[in-house]
Amino acid sequence: MNEKITLFHGSGGEGTKILIDKILKELNNEVLTELLDSAILNLKETIAFTTDSYVISPPFFKGGDIGKLSIFGTVNDLSVVGAEPLFLSLSLIIEEGFELSEFERIIASIKEASEIAKVKIVTGDTKVVEKGKGDKIFINTSGIGVIKENRNIRNRKIECGDLILINGGIGEHGLSIMLERLEVKIGDEVKSDLAPLNSLILPLLDNFKGIKFLRDPTRGGVATVLNEISKKFNFEIEIWEENLPIKNWVKEASNILGIDPLYTANEGKVILVVQRDEAKKVLEFLRNHPLGKDANIIGEVKGSGDKVYLKTEIGTRRILDTLKRDLLPRIC
Amino acid sequence: METKQKEAILKISELIKKISKKEKTIMEFCGTHTHEIFRFGIRELLPKNINLLSGPGCPVCVTSQEDIDYIIKVSYEENFGVITFGDLVNVKGSEMSLNDLRILGREVHIVYNPFDAINIASKNRNKNYILIGIGFETTAPNLGYTLIKAKEMNLKNLFYYSLNKLTPPAMEAILKMGEVKLNGIIGPGHVSTIIGKEGWMNVFNEYKIPFVIMGFEPLDLIYGIYLLVKMIENDEAKLINAYKRSVKDEGNKKAKEILNKVFKVSDANWRGFGTLKNSGLFLKDEFEIFEIRNYFKYEIKSKKFLSCRCDEVIRGVIKPFECPLFKKVCTPHNPVGPCMVSSEGACSAYYLYGEN
Repeated sequence: MNEKITLFHGSGGEGTKILIDKILKELNNEVLTELLDSAILNLKETIAFTTDSYVISPPFFKGGDIGKLSIFGTVNDLSVVGAEPLFLSLSLIIEEGFELSEFERIIASIKEASEIAKVKIVTGDTKVVEKGKGDKIFINTSGIGVIKENRNIRNRKIECGDLILINGGIGEHGLSIMLERLEVKIGDEVKSDLAPLNSLILPLLDNFKGIKFLRDPTRGGVATVLNEISKKFNFEIEIWEENLPIKNWVKEASNILGIDPLYTANEGKVILVVQRDEAKKVLEFLRNHPLGKDANIIGEVKGSGDKVYLKTEIGTRRILDTLKRDLLPRIC
Repeated sequence: METKQKEAILKISELIKKISKKEKTIMEFCGTHTHEIFRFGIRELLPKNINLLSGPGCPVCVTSQEDIDYIIKVSYEENFGVITFGDLVNVKGSEMSLNDLRILGREVHIVYNPFDAINIASKNRNKNYILIGIGFETTAPNLGYTLIKAKEMNLKNLFYYSLNKLTPPAMEAILKMGEVKLNGIIGPGHVSTIIGKEGWMNVFNEYKIPFVIMGFEPLDLIYGIYLLVKMIENDEAKLINAYKRSVKDEGNKKAKEILNKVFKVSDANWRGFGTLKNSGLFLKDEFEIFEIRNYFKYEIKSKKFLSCRCDEVIRGVIKPFECPLFKKVCTPHNPVGPCMVSSEGACSAYYLYGEN
């Protein structure tokens, strides 16, 4: 029988050491290795600090796993405020019975993700909860990044006429997870878009002063982020359906499940509000980056208002509201 | 979308505007049609004299409160796990929804494929499960097939609660009640794929109302509506299948065979209508061992929510915004009635797409 994680591994003693050793073997660096109660860091510039918890079923999915998700998710939250992600914490809550080999897979994946995203795990924790009191594994990561002055976009004002861009295909993470969960198979290309956005966003901010707002459309999807922008800054936004980059498998999956990709989660996408005269150049820059080759201009900021409208492919307009319910597959 | 297709849609829309002289009410029977008409903004392409009305074609919306209460009672009192599809988990019974039941610690599984019920039940042999058979003719064949397999596997811990309903009797009930004067009907595409054009023959022959079976793409919808408008303006009534790429005259023979093998037709309880004669699919003797109602015969007296007007929305008597609760008390976040719960429900479509 495969070795499973038990309450012994959460005892704080020898068992916990087994888990910590496995983590250290993969993630060791000069800060973590000290194993102090707090990581001691040297930072001189403005700091961005974020935290997020990752609960996902199944923990392994096409295009990634909970480990990568917990690293890239936090890296992206830092990147969209213009911060260069540097240090992350890693806290694992494991349900008794979780296989040790899967735990090792997740740690190896975290190592790979942190190398890709160029971040260090500098502090962490493990806890084991009784069977039935968790869902296999939960991960919390907090992250610290520094914001260089030229990348600070907080005070740039959105104006009427600004354009809305996205760096690629919409709805891929959410729909791939849903297909996996429901065991619906529709083809080989189904894959989460999970990716770290710092390599895309930071050089973008170095090059363009006309970027006014950035947000990663995770839970609630693109529609929800656009509504947040509209309500926060008091502008009407119009999105053009024919410009939305949506892969064919996503269209097919959303038809089968009755779920709109505009409301499903993305994990490697960023929505950008860009000054109109710079938008084309920003688009070109995005398309020349591996994480932006399907980028497009998807809409514009109109006059004052607090609603988002979708101009359909046939030229009609309808309200694109925030997510109002759980995403559940339709029956009919 | 191809430019040609777009042009065709706009051309047909212009044609409709040109020929549509009379005030007319057209009902889209199917919830997915309601949803797609809003989603594509089809209403914007139609003249003001066409009044589109949502019908009862959402299986979640027509599930009676008594049925929800029954399922909750069995699960709660007998510790049965519940296996169901989609939005039904959010529909309130007298005291709670299936989602509330789950929060209280009962097992409630949402599945997409009914076959998952077999996996769940066979992995947990020491626990009993009810598979809720919700849906119209579209979903019933898959559910029937699941029971055929469960029988072959001699699965003893999986039971069935049939909420499978037949759509023509509901259509007939609306036409018979005459509460709303309908001039034309958008026939459901998915259901018709199973029952075929033939499945609507009896209703059509009895009421002679323009009836067009449509698909769900914008061109399907606009063209189908054009056919209806033309018939209404010319005072003629035909039953037209405008969704030939999916609907055959005789329907899906294999699916119908499964329906015949597993189910018998009997009276069923519909929200908004009460009991409709020969409108439900229940298990034949050969499959009766699965029927949960045979084991637990409860007398269910449901508490009605007095102000909720879902009943009338389902029958097309009022539009969602005419309900006093709409948008005020009843929202997708806090739905009072099933029409706001279901993603196919008329109230939720009106809410999400902002029409009032």
